Amino acid sequence: MPELLQRTVLTRHLLRNPSLMIFLGALACVCLAVTILGEGFGIGLISTSFIKTLGKTLCLCMIAIAMDLVWGFCGILSLGHFAFFALGGYMIGMWMMFARTRMIVIEAAQNNVLPPTPVEISEAVGTQIFGVVGGAEIPAIWAFADLFWVQLSFIALVPGLLAYVFGWLAFRSRVNGVYLSILTQAMTLALSLYLLQNDSGLRGNNGLSGLQNIPGLDHVPQSILSIIFFLASGLALAVTYIMASAVVGSKLGNIIRGIRDDEARVRFLGYNVESYKLFIFVLTAVIAAIAGALYYPQAGIINPTELAPIASIYLAVWVAIGGRGRIYGAVIGAAFVSLLSSYFTGGQAPDIPLGFATIIWTDWWLVLLGLSFVVVTIYAPQGLGGLIDKLVTRERG
Amino acid sequence: MAPLLHVDNISVSFDGFKAINALSFDIGDAELRAIIGPNGAGKTTFMDIVTGKTRPDSGDVRWAGTNVSLLKRSESQIAQLGIGRKFQKPTTFEDQTVHENLLMSLANRRNPLAVLVYRRSQPDEDRISGIAQQIRLSESLDRLAGELSHGQKQWLEIGMLLAQDPKLLLVDEPAAGMTAPEREVTVALLKELAQTRSVVVVEHDMEFIRALDCRVTVLHEGAVLAEGSMDFVTADQRVIDVYLGR
Repeated sequence: MPELLQRTVLTRHLLRNPSLMIFLGALACVCLAVTILGEGFGIGLISTSFIKTLGKTLCLCMIAIAMDLVWGFCGILSLGHFAFFALGGYMIGMWMMFARTRMIVIEAAQNNVLPPTPVEISEAVGTQIFGVVGGAEIPAIWAFADLFWVQLSFIALVPGLLAYVFGWLAFRSRVNGVYLSILTQAMTLALSLYLLQNDSGLRGNNGLSGLQNIPGLDHVPQSILSIIFFLASGLALAVTYIMASAVVGSKLGNIIRGIRDDEARVRFLGYNVESYKLFIFVLTAVIAAIAGALYYPQAGIINPTELAPIASIYLAVWVAIGGRGRIYGAVIGAAFVSLLSSYFTGGQAPDIPLGFATIIWTDWWLVLLGLSFVVVTIYAPQGLGGLIDKLVTRERG
Repeated sequence: MAPLLHVDNISVSFDGFKAINALSFDIGDAELRAIIGPNGAGKTTFMDIVTGKTRPDSGDVRWAGTNVSLLKRSESQIAQLGIGRKFQKPTTFEDQTVHENLLMSLANRRNPLAVLVYRRSQPDEDRISGIAQQIRLSESLDRLAGELSHGQKQWLEIGMLLAQDPKLLLVDEPAAGMTAPEREVTVALLKELAQTRSVVVVEHDMEFIRALDCRVTVLHEGAVLAEGSMDFVTADQRVIDVYLGR
């Protein structure tokens, strides 16, 4: 039996990476605990809205791994990966909104004397969805919105294509360092501004809403849906973690770390640096998009402010605090900071009266985040993950 | 017989300064060649041109007697043709082990997907341990390159070039910062390498060049001033004036 286990690629990979097993074990425990404590299948100790927060956190951990791959391992400080995250959300959101509106329209028309024609249905759906931006016609980009599998493939294809075109242009011109970061910021800002327009075809600043309702699953209560999405996010995070550690542990991992440390040297070894950067950039964009597609159904709404430039900067801050260049660092950073963020900005944190002023955490949280970023950068440049590394090596040695 | 590398009348200038001025010379097969010259003579620029980092304003660089011009190729393509380069500063990947440094340099397929699915194989491992022995780093395969001494890093970089299995090695100041015993080992190493491939050494250190005991090209203001044995060029009055006299 052990020989059989040895044979599969996955088990061999697991055995070689003890930290991967620790992570997967911890993730499984969290998933089990949340399921038991949740309302859907368990004793109801954790509210449904908190389960959604936890599920969203898992998605953020996933995009943090993508950020760590592209920045921590390959040295490309992309400040635009939230654009891919949001695009993934838009792609799944289009199907959800369209399919559900269509069902509602058909249901409402059931009492009519004459059954509605396809044209009537499409007009009614168009009015329902696009009335808010003063239109009734369904834009061309919604052509496949009621085909679940097509729209599902768009989650990977559309952000992947954007990343490919952007990366090809940028890397081929050897845009590096801070210039590349600025370019990625420009990309996400441009996309955000475009989506804000009413005639962009994605409902302008209203964005897509009602995404917590899954088409065809209206009878399933949110308490159960939230658990399903939480577990799906956990599974996606586990797969991402395994994949990322496999990439990092392969010879490709050596090459991209080499690119991070000395790009010219890698080039003189005969590697086409641009194609490696492009590969990692597109791969991480697709990971980010899948994370987004799982995140927004739990958030319920997506609008263009989600891909504001600051979102991608926060992502870099999470990874820096967690410790870049180590996958668990990214996960720790994203989980830690985003949970703290929802604690402090959710109004649960008690205000601190100082006499002359009161610290209201919803306002002061950003100050705290900024300070902790500075502190980490100065005193623990390897991040929280680096501190763990130190503890482990001290115990061993 | 056609030379391995044929540099034909190349010129390049930076902001009006002529770094290379109508430079021509040949490197033969399995030849050890030293290039000396005062600062600013164009030694490093010459290497930059051959390896594709800098494009010359005019002239041509031809490879291995074919019609292949190196000027239209990218750095990575030139490296794949079989030209390896060692930089002035030792540039190894300090964050990775000696073994990983050598593994990356091995002449295997270089596209991302092939690299992603690469599995360690016995021939590759044998080759790595062979090179490690050659560069005196067998004991250090699992150490991080950053932990090595300066001289060891220089050797590791030479080892990385060897792993690429190039036909031509361009070595920029290999003896810089080395101790006397380390220099001796390096001289032996370079001579050993030159038996199966061409090696071009750029160096300031006259003692080191003398120990290499090979043909010497003296560059001055971007052009060849003199060429011949060490004794021949050091006897040349022009060489004494521009370089040795200082």
